[in-house]
Amino acid sequence: MDVLDIARWQFGITTVYHFLMVPLTIGLGILVAVMHTMWVRTDKPEWLRMTRFWGRIYLINFVLGVATGLVQEFQFGLAWSEYSRFVGDVFGSLLAMEALLAFFLESTFLGLWIFGWGRIPKKVHLAALWAAVIGSIVSAYFIIAANSWMQHPVGVTMDSSGDTAKPRLTDIAAVLTNNTALAAFSHAIVAALMVAGALLVGIGLWQLRRRKLAGQPATDVDHQVWRRSVRLGGWVSLAAFLAVALTGDWQGKLMYQQQPLKMSSAEALCETEAPASFSIFAWNKLGSNECDDVHSITVPGLLSFLAHSDFSTAVPGVNELQDHYSEVYGATYPDDPARFGNKAGEPVDYQPVLAVTYWSFRLMIGMGAVSAGVAAYALWATRRGRVPVSRIGVYGSLLAVGAPFVANATGWIFTEMGRQPFVVVPNPDVPVAEQIWFFTAQAVSPGVSAGEVWTSLIALTAVYGALAVVEVGLIARFVRRGITTGDGTPTPTGTPDGPDRADSPDGAADDVLSFAY
Amino acid sequence: MDLQTLWFAAVAVLWTGFLLLEGFDFGVAALLPVLGRRPADRHLMLRSIGPLWDGNEVWLITAAGAVFAAFPGWYATWLPALYLPFVIMLLGLIVRAVAFEWRHSSHDPRWDATWTHVITGGSLVAALGVGAALGATTLGLPIDGDGIRVGGSFAGVGWSAVLGAVAVVAFAVVHGALFLALKTDGDLRLRARALALRWSPVAALPLLAWAGVVHLRYGTPVTAVLWLVAALAVVVTWTRIRLDREGQAFAGWAVMLLASSATIFGAAYPVVVPSTIDGAFDVTIADASVSDYTLTVMTWVAAVGLPVVLGYQAWTYWVFRKRLTAEPQHEQAEVAV
Ligand code: HDD
Ligand code: HEM
Ligand code: HEM
Repeated sequence: MDVLDIARWQFGITTVYHFLMVPLTIGLGILVAVMHTMWVRTDKPEWLRMTRFWGRIYLINFVLGVATGLVQEFQFGLAWSEYSRFVGDVFGSLLAMEALLAFFLESTFLGLWIFGWGRIPKKVHLAALWAAVIGSIVSAYFIIAANSWMQHPVGVTMDSSGDTAKPRLTDIAAVLTNNTALAAFSHAIVAALMVAGALLVGIGLWQLRRRKLAGQPATDVDHQVWRRSVRLGGWVSLAAFLAVALTGDWQGKLMYQQQPLKMSSAEALCETEAPASFSIFAWNKLGSNECDDVHSITVPGLLSFLAHSDFSTAVPGVNELQDHYSEVYGATYPDDPARFGNKAGEPVDYQPVLAVTYWSFRLMIGMGAVSAGVAAYALWATRRGRVPVSRIGVYGSLLAVGAPFVANATGWIFTEMGRQPFVVVPNPDVPVAEQIWFFTAQAVSPGVSAGEVWTSLIALTAVYGALAVVEVGLIARFVRRGITTGDGTPTPTGTPDGPDRADSPDGAADDVLSFAY
Repeated sequence: MDLQTLWFAAVAVLWTGFLLLEGFDFGVAALLPVLGRRPADRHLMLRSIGPLWDGNEVWLITAAGAVFAAFPGWYATWLPALYLPFVIMLLGLIVRAVAFEWRHSSHDPRWDATWTHVITGGSLVAALGVGAALGATTLGLPIDGDGIRVGGSFAGVGWSAVLGAVAVVAFAVVHGALFLALKTDGDLRLRARALALRWSPVAALPLLAWAGVVHLRYGTPVTAVLWLVAALAVVVTWTRIRLDREGQAFAGWAVMLLASSATIFGAAYPVVVPSTIDGAFDVTIADASVSDYTLTVMTWVAAVGLPVVLGYQAWTYWVFRKRLTAEPQHEQAEVAV
C-alpha cells in the first residue's frame, strides 16, 4: 500500500473509533443532565441515583472521547498536510472555534461537576453539567460545519494569486449556515440520542429482570431507577428515530442536488430512471464495482420520492453521472507526480466503492430500525409496572445496545467514503468555472514516508484496541454492580460526598459519583 | 499591529498558556514516584490536579487549532516534518488521560499502581514530546523550498529538540513542586518545597539556555531584556522559596516561563519554521498565513470568546482554591464559593 492508502485507513480507523465515544457523550450527556434536573426539581432519590449511575458511565466514556479526539486535531497536519494547506483559509478557523468555544466549556465545567458535589450550591452545580453538555453540542456543530464544507463548499472563491490556487473564505455566515451542515448536525444529534436511549433500555431491562429473578422487591427505590431508565430510554429512542428519519430525508434531498453520484451509488442505480425505484436488497458481483452487474429487489417510485418528494421525477443513474463527471473534472488525474504521486495521469474513478455505499446506507437505516423496534418492545413489556423475564427479549435488548453505534459508524462511513474520489466535493450550485474541488489523492502529506504512517497506524490501532478492552470491561463491571454499594446494601440517599473526601480511600466510594483522586 | 502579527502573538500566548497550566499537572504527575511514596500522598497529589488537567489540556488543542486556523502553512510544514515525535507525544497524552479516570476503578492496589505509573510515564512522554517539537522548530527543521522535510523520520530531531525537551520537563517538575507546595498542606507541602528549593536553580538552566540560543541567533535588544527578566525571575523564585512564600515563588517561576517564552517567540518573529537547509526556505508568518478576512473573523471570535473562557477558568481555580490535606474532615467543612 502507498502512503495514501495507509493514511486513509488510519483516518478511517481513528475517526470511526472516536465516533464510538462521541454519540454516547452527546446523547448520554443530555439525558444525565435531564436526570440531574429532575432530581434538583423533585428531590426524589431515584433521580439522584440515576444521575449518579448513568453519570459515571458518561464519564468513563467521556475521557476516552477526549483522548481520541486529541489525535483527530493533529491528524490533518500529520498525514494530510496538502489538504490542510488547501483548505486552511476555511477549515482551520472552524476547528479553532470549536476548541475555543466548545472544548473549554466542556472540559472546565465537567471538572467542576465531577468535583463540585457538595461543594458548590446545588443549582450552580446543575448548571455546570448543562454547560458541559452544551459544550458537547456546540463542538458537534462546529466540527460538522467543517465536515459539511468539504461535502458542499460554500462561502468561498478561488484565489489563483500566488504559486497555488486556494479557496479564500469570503462569507463565514454562509459556511456556518450551510444547509448541508444544518441537516447533518441535526441528524447527528438525534442519532446520538438513539445511542443513549438504547443503552438505558438495554441495561435497565437487564437489571429489572435480574432483580425480579433474585426476588428483590418491585417497590424500592432501586426498582424505580431501572424502571424509569427503561421508560425514559424507550421514549427517547422512539422519538429520536422519528427525528432521525426526518432529518435523514432532508439530508438525502440535499445530497441529490449536491452529490448525486453518492446517492445513486448508494442505490446501485445504474441507468437514469423516471420514476426511479428504491433498492431493498442487491446481489451478484456487487463487489466488482461494476454497476451493471448488480441486480436488486426494488420498490418502484420510492427513490424518486426520496430525492424529489414525488413518485415520478427522473433520478440520474451512475453511468450517466460518471460520464458527466469525467467530462467536467477530467477523465484522468493531472499528470503531475509532485502533487498526485503515483496517481498522476491515471484515470479517475468517480464512482465510490459500490458495496460500501450501498450496504453502509442500509445498515445505518436498518440498525436504527432495529433499535426503534427494541425500544417499542421495551415500552410495551414494561407497561403498567410489568417486568419482562423473557430471556430473548431482555438479552436481545442488551445486545441491541450496539445497534445504534453501528448505525452511527456506518452513517459516517457512507458520508465519507461516498465522497470519494474527492476530499472537497465540487459544489454544483455554482458555475463550473468557479467550482472548488480537491482530490483525496492530492491531499496526503508528500514528505511523510509509508514507514512512518505504518508505524503510527499500527501503534494507534494497538493502543486503541487495548483501551477498548479495558473500557468495555470497566463499563460491564460497573453495570453488573449496579447501584448498590459493595456490600449489597442500597445506596444511601442524600447528597453524595465530594470526591475530595479524604477519609474515603480509593474505591471504597465507588458508588459515589465522583472520582476519588 | 497588522493581523498576522496579532495572530503570531495569539499563538505565542496560547502555547505559553498551555506550558504554564499543563506544566504544573505534568510536573505533579512526574513527581508521583518521588513525592508520592505513600498512597495517601499520591492520592493528595492527584486530587490537586484532578479537576484541572482536562481544562489545561484544551490549551494545547486550542494552540494547535490556532496554528491551523491562522497559519495553515506552519501547521502543514511543522507536523509532517516531526511526524513520529508528534505521534509519540499523542500516545503519551492518550494513555495519561485514560489513566486519570481509570485508576480508581478497582480495589486492587496493583491496578492503582499500574495506572499511576501510566500517568507519570504518559505525562513525561508528552512533556518531552512537546518540548522536542517546540525546541526543534524554534532552531530550525530540515525543510526544502516546498516546506517538505528532507532526510529520515528523525531528521528534525537534533540537539535543539533535546534541549527543548529537557527544558520543558525540568520546568514542569519544579512548577509541579511549587504547585503542590501551594495547594497542599502537611508533610507533602514541606517536601515539595524542599525539592523546589534544591532543584529550581538547576531546572531553570535548560530553558534559559534555549531562550538564550534563540536570542543569540535571531534576537533583538528587546529579547535581551526579556531574557534578563527570565534569569532574574529564577533568583526571585529561589529567594521566595527560602522565605516560605509559596505564592510568590510560584508567581516568580511563572514569570520565568513567560519571559523565556516571550524571548523565544519574540526573537523568532516573523519566522515560524526556520529551515536548516537554506535561510531562503524559512517559513514566515506572511507565507503561512490565511487571508485577512479569515483573520478578522478569528479576531472577533477570540475577542469575544477568550475573555469568557479566561473568566470561567479563573473561577474554577477559585472554587478549588483551598489547600488540600490528608486529614479527614478538614477541608470538608469549608465549602468554597
Ligand atoms: C458529532 C460530533 C463530533 C465529531 C464528528 C467529531 N467530534 Fe471530536 N468530540 C466531540 C464531538 C465530535 C465531543 C462530543 O465534543 C467530544 C467527544 C467526547 C468528548 O470529550 O468531547 C469530542 C472530543 C474531541 C477532542 C478532545 C476535546 C477535549 O479535550 O475536551 C478533540 C481535540 C476533538 N474531538 C477533535 C475532533 C476532530 C478534529 C474531529 C474530526 C475529524 C472530530 N473531533 C470529530
Ligand atoms: C466531522 C468531522 C470530520 C471531518 C472534518 C472529516 C474529514 C475527513 C478527511 C480529511 C478524511 C481524509 C480524506 C479522505 O479519505 O477523504 C476523511 C476520511 C474518512 N473519514 Fe472523515 N471526517 C469527519 C468525521 C468523520 C467521522 C465521525 C467518521 C466516522 C465515524 C469518519 C469516517 C471517515 C472514514 C471512514 C474516512 C476514510 C474514507 C476513505 O478514505 O475512503 N469521518 N474524513
Ligand atoms: C431512518 C432513516 C435514515 C435516513 C433516511 C438517513 C439518511 C442519511 C443520509 C442521507 C446521510 C448522508 C448524509 C451525507 O452524506 O451528506 C446520513 C448520514 C448519517 N446518518 Fe443517517 N439516516 C437514517 C437513519 C440513521 C440512524 C438510525 C442513525 C444512527 C443512529 C444515523 C446516523 C447517521 C450518521 C452519524 C451520519 C453521518 C453524519 C451526518 O451526515 O449527519 N442515521 N443519514
